[in-house]
Amino acid sequence: MAGSPLIRFDKVRKTYGEGEAQVHALAGVDLVIETGEFVSIMGPSGSGKSTAMNIIGCLDTPTSGTYSFKGVDAGRLDRNRRALLRNRYIGFVFQGYNLLARTTAAENVELPLIYRGVPAGHRRSLAMQALAEVGLQGREHHTPAELSGGQQQRVAIARAIVTRPTLLVADEPTGNLDTARSHEIMELMTRLNEEQGLTIVMVTHEADIAAYARRTIHFLDGNLAADLRNEVRRMAS
Amino acid sequence: MIWETVRLALRSVRRNALRSFLTLLGIVIGVAAVIAMLTIGSGTTEKVKSDIAQLGSNLLVVHPGRPAGPGGPGGADWGQRRKLGAKEFDALSTRLTGARAISAASQKQVRVIYGTESTSVSVTGTDSAFLEARNWTLASGRPFTEQESRSGAGVCLIGETVRQQFFGSGDPDGELIRVNRSTCKVIGLLQAKGYTGFGQDQDNVVLMPLLTYQRRIAGNRNIDNIYVSADDSVSTSELQTRLENILRDVRRIPPDGEDDFGVRDMTQIADTMASASATMTGMLGAVAGVSLLVGGIGIMNIMLVSVTERTREIGIRLAIGAQEKHILIQFLVEATVLSLLGGIIGILLGLSLAGGAAIALSIPFAPNPAVVLLAVGFSALIGMVFGFFPALRGARLDPIDALRHE
Repeated sequence: MAGSPLIRFDKVRKTYGEGEAQVHALAGVDLVIETGEFVSIMGPSGSGKSTAMNIIGCLDTPTSGTYSFKGVDAGRLDRNRRALLRNRYIGFVFQGYNLLARTTAAENVELPLIYRGVPAGHRRSLAMQALAEVGLQGREHHTPAELSGGQQQRVAIARAIVTRPTLLVADEPTGNLDTARSHEIMELMTRLNEEQGLTIVMVTHEADIAAYARRTIHFLDGNLAADLRNEVRRMAS
Repeated sequence: MIWETVRLALRSVRRNALRSFLTLLGIVIGVAAVIAMLTIGSGTTEKVKSDIAQLGSNLLVVHPGRPAGPGGPGGADWGQRRKLGAKEFDALSTRLTGARAISAASQKQVRVIYGTESTSVSVTGTDSAFLEARNWTLASGRPFTEQESRSGAGVCLIGETVRQQFFGSGDPDGELIRVNRSTCKVIGLLQAKGYTGFGQDQDNVVLMPLLTYQRRIAGNRNIDNIYVSADDSVSTSELQTRLENILRDVRRIPPDGEDDFGVRDMTQIADTMASASATMTGMLGAVAGVSLLVGGIGIMNIMLVSVTERTREIGIRLAIGAQEKHILIQFLVEATVLSLLGGIIGILLGLSLAGGAAIALSIPFAPNPAVVLLAVGFSALIGMVFGFFPALRGARLDPIDALRHE
């Protein structure tokens, strides 16, 4: 829908459990994220940031309230329609990389294209291109076990962007990496945001990682605690 | 897409080679058992058919006593039944139409001696038409002449087993053997026929003219059996009716009296035996089919393990946009590939087993393409049926839970 923001939370609640044991992971959150933003989400564990991220990534649905993705009420879509949405518009990067073991980098990157029905030859060339963009030329036929953590995360990023998504959802993308590797990954993500206009929503608990984003949202007890614009953006060195 | 999935499935099968092999084993054994049973079974059926054809096709065998009814031979008159004799044989020879050959024969198990060797042999006294009626041929030598039959000459034809016992691979022609203390000159060797399906050696025989047999061995003029083979103009049942009418007439049985002789239709027996053997084959096949079912359950078991083990992989696939059907198809194809692979190995194993059995039991090797195709189809079906539940379980996983799975 033209004019509607990419992501819109309207009194989004997410409740787990019943009765006394009921937990409000999200307690009526309003939030708007526009196309092209780079947002980091912070907060202590149990604050609702992971729940928010799962809903943003269309992996989960709100208990009440509305989640609109590109103007579509994504919270009311069934599993398969949400899968289609993820396949078409959303890329995922996880803390633990989540690559298929014993499967080459190129094959891992091709995976989302298979579910999109892209023919094999075209798939291969798109995968090669995405791997080149993340700086992994020459590693296409290595399996995850033969790659370092930083390289594995690059493969995961290549897999996320190979479908040219609108949104990249990153769940602690640097959580398993050392400082130097972390900053390399963040520079790569910043470049994707600036050069390709890729919207990025990233969960992290490290302030210096969050500083790469232009906006930082803090969650606390299922509510938005703060929504800050980063004046001084950490520059890629 | 499907080819992609098959490739993926093959790769996953290869990666867990040992586990895949153990899973396959159930299907392999099941399919091999079915194939071997059915192939050996149809070989046996064919063997039985050809054995009975060797006894003589279109052959009627007349024997004294009541016809063997449902209660089998026996009854009050078993001991003092009226024998068959030259009277009946002559009547059939002159009056029966539609017969290709009519032969009278009597037989007895008798000790036969050559030099210092001695062996127990089935000795049959008969005429030269016997060979034609029974479909027997000579490997060498000549049949009895008319003259020899009439005069009761001391000549005989011997079977392959008897030759090997006495002469090894040598030529028996013209040798003298002793049959029940009278001397007999070997004039011919019967073509080897091997064992019957009932384990009877058809080559452990000596044939001599009926008169010679009656005088020197039986000591009476009785005929045990009259063999009548039908020519192509008449069915065996039609010929049997004609034959019974002549015999009732000759033996002066009143219209309301029961037959005091029996006629066996070898064609009918052949059919009965073959169908009994086929039924047996079917039953054995069904029992073997049960092991296929067990194999299928093995597949289900392993696919459940596989789905659990690969929960995280399923989570990744779901997150990046796989729909339920993609996951379902992936695991279904994997189960099908697995069981199909087992089916193909099972067919090869089953056919080799059947081939080995065919050689060992000297029955024909009769693989049935329809059975093989059916086994392929059935093993694929087993994979699909038993793979469906685990695959569905995988497809229904929640992506968030699946991704969290360690």
